[in-house]
Amino acid sequence: MGIRKSRLLGAALLSAGVLAATAAEAQSEQFIPGLVYRTGAYAPNGIPFADGAADYISMLNARDGGINGVKILFEECETGYATDRGVECYERLKGKGPTGAAYFSPLSTGITFALTEKAPGDKVPLITMGYGRADSRDGAVFAWNFPLLGTYWTAANVAIQYIAKEWGGFDKLKGKKIALLYHDSPYGKEPIAALEAMSKKYGYEFLPIPVPAPGSEQKSQWLQIRQQRPDYVLLWGWGVMNSAAVSEAGNVNYPREHMLGGWCSGAESDVLPAGDKAKVYKALMLQHPAGKFAVHKDIDKFVVSQGKSLAKPEEVGQVLYNRGLINSMLGTESIRTAMAKFGNKPMTGEQVRWGIEHLDLSADRIKQLGFEGMIGPIKLSCADHEGTRLSRVHQWDGKEWKVISDWFTGDDSIIEPLVKSTAEAYAKEKKITERDCSKES
Amino acid sequence: MLYREAGQFKASYRADQAIFPIAQDRFVAMALLVIAFLVVPFVATEYTYRAVLIPTVILSLAAIGLNVLMGYCGQVSLGSGAFMGVGAYAAYNLAVRLPFLNPFVCVLLGGFVAAAIGIVFGIPSLRIKGFYLACATLAAQFFGDWAFLRIKWITNDTPSGSVNAPPLQLFGLDLSSPTANYLVSLVFAVVLGLGAKNIVRGHIGRQWMAIRDMDIAAEIIGVLPMYAKLSAFAVSSFLIGVAGALWAFVYLGSWEPAAFDIDRSFELMFMVIIGGLGSILGSALGAIFIVLMPIFLNQALPPLGDVVGWKISTATVSHFESMIFGALIVFFLVVEPHGLARLWLTGKEKLRLWPFPH
Repeated sequence: MGIRKSRLLGAALLSAGVLAATAAEAQSEQFIPGLVYRTGAYAPNGIPFADGAADYISMLNARDGGINGVKILFEECETGYATDRGVECYERLKGKGPTGAAYFSPLSTGITFALTEKAPGDKVPLITMGYGRADSRDGAVFAWNFPLLGTYWTAANVAIQYIAKEWGGFDKLKGKKIALLYHDSPYGKEPIAALEAMSKKYGYEFLPIPVPAPGSEQKSQWLQIRQQRPDYVLLWGWGVMNSAAVSEAGNVNYPREHMLGGWCSGAESDVLPAGDKAKVYKALMLQHPAGKFAVHKDIDKFVVSQGKSLAKPEEVGQVLYNRGLINSMLGTESIRTAMAKFGNKPMTGEQVRWGIEHLDLSADRIKQLGFEGMIGPIKLSCADHEGTRLSRVHQWDGKEWKVISDWFTGDDSIIEPLVKSTAEAYAKEKKITERDCSKES
Repeated sequence: MLYREAGQFKASYRADQAIFPIAQDRFVAMALLVIAFLVVPFVATEYTYRAVLIPTVILSLAAIGLNVLMGYCGQVSLGSGAFMGVGAYAAYNLAVRLPFLNPFVCVLLGGFVAAAIGIVFGIPSLRIKGFYLACATLAAQFFGDWAFLRIKWITNDTPSGSVNAPPLQLFGLDLSSPTANYLVSLVFAVVLGLGAKNIVRGHIGRQWMAIRDMDIAAEIIGVLPMYAKLSAFAVSSFLIGVAGALWAFVYLGSWEPAAFDIDRSFELMFMVIIGGLGSILGSALGAIFIVLMPIFLNQALPPLGDVVGWKISTATVSHFESMIFGALIVFFLVVEPHGLARLWLTGKEKLRLWPFPH
């Protein structure tokens, strides 16, 4: 046994000691896992979201000592946006802390699909804010899924509403051609069903154009757009695909003001690489804009200025950073809701699920939390796991995102039947008995 | 000393041709089986099942399948991810369209569908070899990717193109617990692995190896290249297809076409190369290495960093993981180009002589 070996042994013993010590003080803590991707093709979008989510939790710990005095334990696991690594991370983290993971937010539609199968068995809720299965807003079938703030079908509907408003009414949609340039994955395909349903109702021609992942190569797709001359291009990309699409649009001279991105295609990292070509490009907002609000003061005071944040200074206040903040806020407020019923101790996944389902944030409460101007009121129920169907549109002026529209509300006469039919098909396929929402309290 | 076979006389051809002719090997193999079936279920946690054991077992089976083709028959294939996908989607469609079928019957039938598709994509191998065949099988991969994404019938018209496995049960028993999942995958892997081992030891396997070593010579001594090559494609695709169906039904539960993309093909190929071409044991070793090493590095690095007082961020861990993993692959290939299986053989030789050097 050489020096090296004994050193290694010492290191192992020491780390075991450190682990034991942390385990001892973790008895009264709430564990929140973070499935993040800070590497790989989607890292430009994954990093600000992960930083925002982590910073809000650090801020709560530093300012309030956690949630109602229960300190939050937070740990990240790198998924690289890959489904199998995401599943591994989920398995690794779901049992941590005294009561297990409170909720998961994988920020990946693929991982969400995989975890949707596992969450009911493990009794861990999934908060998929603005992504994931659109039909999972039906809480009767998807008891453990919470696509808070909006699904892709809401987004698709609002996108069409916005275009109709720009053109001067829904009757102007008739005979027009609207293309959807989408990431060829469950994520990108999600809005197609809603856009097809609306094309039947409003009479526009729908042209879906897939882009193979990761989407950095789009020459042939833009050639197709040049030939087909759609009147509007909806962009449903993620990561490098967004900036590539905006640049390509510039290269073929497609008017950028006739492009509208989904809310996963409207962040700084999507337009900055395209430079001047991105000017006047528009995107939907998952309600919240870029910029700094009341909550950022506390973030700055308790986290960033203390050197506890991983975020670069310019990142704080970006679209996806803010989205991370909101994700953690909705998650921790759900835990607070659950604590009001079950007591101020670490909540189990099952209790957190109850908390999310009964989450009710009024405009006053949102103001109190420092999120005024970022999101509207949200109230969930057993039947509605989305909570709100509001969205706005913002536009890139070459330097920053500017909000250019008023609030739109998703039209449930179009979305609801779609949700019902696909959720029922899912329940049948998986042999799930639907909950009777009229009997849930 | 440990591997002294002196005194072990074989009195029949049967004994001489056994899979494990040496008593010590038999003992170790039996012990491993007993541990895998009887000890592991009592000690494994849910995490080890879901993140470690189940993927390792299923990918071992897939690697065995690819090894039949690449290692034994010498036909390079870059389409194994697609064949896994064929197995998975065939099993899914059978389960959805014929709901009276048991999911595990669907898994096996999925393997047969993959075998049929494998034969179709194996036809070019009758005329082309080496790198050119690699290109032809790459076409299978891209065709698979395209079909799973574009042909809506395959995904049962789901809006997102992501599909779900049916609930796993057998004779009314619920098999969705991690222990049951693991045991089911293990039964599939052991039974089919044993079958593959016996095929490669028999006349079919010898034909494959003859083709691999020199196809013209093999043809002259009476091996039919068409029969040998296509049977290798069929058996290989069957094993890979079953593994793909298990991957989808047992491990993922819900999947999208990206689960069977070209990365999966490369992963399987690395398993076979690192484990050892032309070795069933090597396939399993390769799968263990490729599945476990990244997870191990990912978990071991942060505590090690703590020891030296360095707080490693998630991103840094991930970068280090890739770097060390890549370096280890290069290291193993330089030290032992014939794979981990050969390392084991060398070790066995050493053990035979130990403690005497000569």
